[in-house]
Amino acid sequence: MDRYRGNADAVKGLIRDTEVHRDVYIDDEVFQLEMEHLFANTWVYVGHDSQVANPGDYFGTTIGAQPVLMVRHTDKTVKVLYNRCPHKGTRITTEACGNTGKFFRCPYHAWSFRTDGSLLAIPLKKGYENTGFEGSHAAKGMTPVKHVHNYRGFVFAKLNDGGPGFEEFFGDSLSSFDNMVDRSPVGKLEVAGGVLRYMHNCNWKMLVENQTDTCHPMVAHESSAGTAISVFDKQPPGTKKPMAVEIYAPFMAPYEFFENMGIRVWPNGHGHTGVHHSIHSDYSAIPGYFEKMVAAYGEERAKAILGENRHNTVYFPNLMIKGPIQLIRLFKPIAANKTLVESWTFRLVDAPDMLLERTLMYNRLINAPTSVVGHDDLEMYERAQEGLHVDANQWVNVQRLYDVAEPPDATAETNGTTEWQMRNQFRAWSKFMTLSM
Amino acid sequence: MTTPSDQQLIEFVQREARLIDQHRFEEWLELFTDDGMYWMPLEWGQTDPKLTTSLMYEDKLLLTIRVERLKGNRTFSQKPKSRCHHLLQTSQIDRRDEANNEYVTWTPMHYVETRFDEQQLYAAWVTHTLTVKDGALRIKLKRVDLVNCDAAFGNIQLFM
Repeated sequence: MDRYRGNADAVKGLIRDTEVHRDVYIDDEVFQLEMEHLFANTWVYVGHDSQVANPGDYFGTTIGAQPVLMVRHTDKTVKVLYNRCPHKGTRITTEACGNTGKFFRCPYHAWSFRTDGSLLAIPLKKGYENTGFEGSHAAKGMTPVKHVHNYRGFVFAKLNDGGPGFEEFFGDSLSSFDNMVDRSPVGKLEVAGGVLRYMHNCNWKMLVENQTDTCHPMVAHESSAGTAISVFDKQPPGTKKPMAVEIYAPFMAPYEFFENMGIRVWPNGHGHTGVHHSIHSDYSAIPGYFEKMVAAYGEERAKAILGENRHNTVYFPNLMIKGPIQLIRLFKPIAANKTLVESWTFRLVDAPDMLLERTLMYNRLINAPTSVVGHDDLEMYERAQEGLHVDANQWVNVQRLYDVAEPPDATAETNGTTEWQMRNQFRAWSKFMTLSM
Repeated sequence: MTTPSDQQLIEFVQREARLIDQHRFEEWLELFTDDGMYWMPLEWGQTDPKLTTSLMYEDKLLLTIRVERLKGNRTFSQKPKSRCHHLLQTSQIDRRDEANNEYVTWTPMHYVETRFDEQQLYAAWVTHTLTVKDGALRIKLKRVDLVNCDAAFGNIQLFM
């Protein structure tokens, strides 16, 4: 049933000022259109360039539903190629990552391609002489994604020619990446620790919204963070608060804490929680780290970098980053009701190992399929995915702290419990869904 | 007991699994030494639990938080509760180090966890590092290596 295909007005009608129609979460056709339009018109995170440090290094992933691979070309630049042989469609690489040497070689008929995708050689090539092969799609080699941008190591790609350029799309929101990278004394990050992959039977946007939902932690996570606090309170007096409890406890902070932390919204659906402070503000200092930062940046600048403790920064459409602990989460859409969440961690180059150790502890305590905090959240997403099938009310409410004068696509700082950022995401959703319709 | 027999080591591993299957989690926690650890690696052949991510690397405090949480009134992901079932092969005794009071067993297993109409099957090898304390065997380290440790899982809520 084509209710939405070719009908930009119907798609726009799914988003109201303070409500969102359930079809954005549960409708298969809307999901298909997201893959064709939303994930093609926006800059989508591909990977980090430390994953492809040397020429020939590659990393396979997806942009929306499209299999791609990121590769370090012989000229040292990072390319993004569609991951199929131009001949019969065979996926060129199946390992998550590796080194292909100077060229890719298709395992089916041994066609080979330079690491920018261009055709290098075909066995028994004379069979294509006088066939007009030069004009074929296949002769062009593996198709590159044309629009690729490497921002301080973070590689993004846009599949369509239309839509805003990289700087215009992200604007001031890039300051959250800056803060994460600047936390290395040498201004460099490396992917480290391995990726946690967690399958969610819910729509990908529920996860994105949850990143700036500051009214759920003290409720949904009472079972995990609340229990962590109560179990720790039973320890003998004077017991040093372990790193794990430092990580769990702030999830139980009261509403006022989250109201006062603030939310900042940016144009094109980006925004972050934790303008003034966050759940990451009060972690114990790591011995030797501040001294290294002062030596690298000077005291004033070091304090400014470490004083910025943004909580979750959402990069629309499907990335969230935590600068203070060098962790990112990518919400990969698989179906209207299925999302793969990848949680990646980074080492701050030239900083003490203890920082990475804490980051990895955070990741396994909060983002793993074995994480009790993860269990709390997924239970809510799955209940919503089911509950949205109720016909009596077909709208999701995102009205909290709404003002009729709320400007679209604005940069603004506001109360930390607002749902403005969710509204901001859906306005961007409507714009980039219909841009190419 | 001062020096456990091989049979006693085997029976300990079987009883440990039984306590989990029967949701006797407080008794299960008591099987760990005070500095005992439960480790579920994320990588095949993982050697470092701290600078490589793990699915779980938990001390007794963190395990206690899990056990308390499972009982909680507002633990919504356990309404209804999960159930589990361990199917163990007979443990093999990999190492008997009586001088250092340390015994290592290796136990292949299938583990089933179920909630609502969903039933998930996992296959793993469990390595127990055991010691005798106050006349009883205790766990210094329980390591669970899933055959598909790096797969994308849904919720795993109980203990393998």
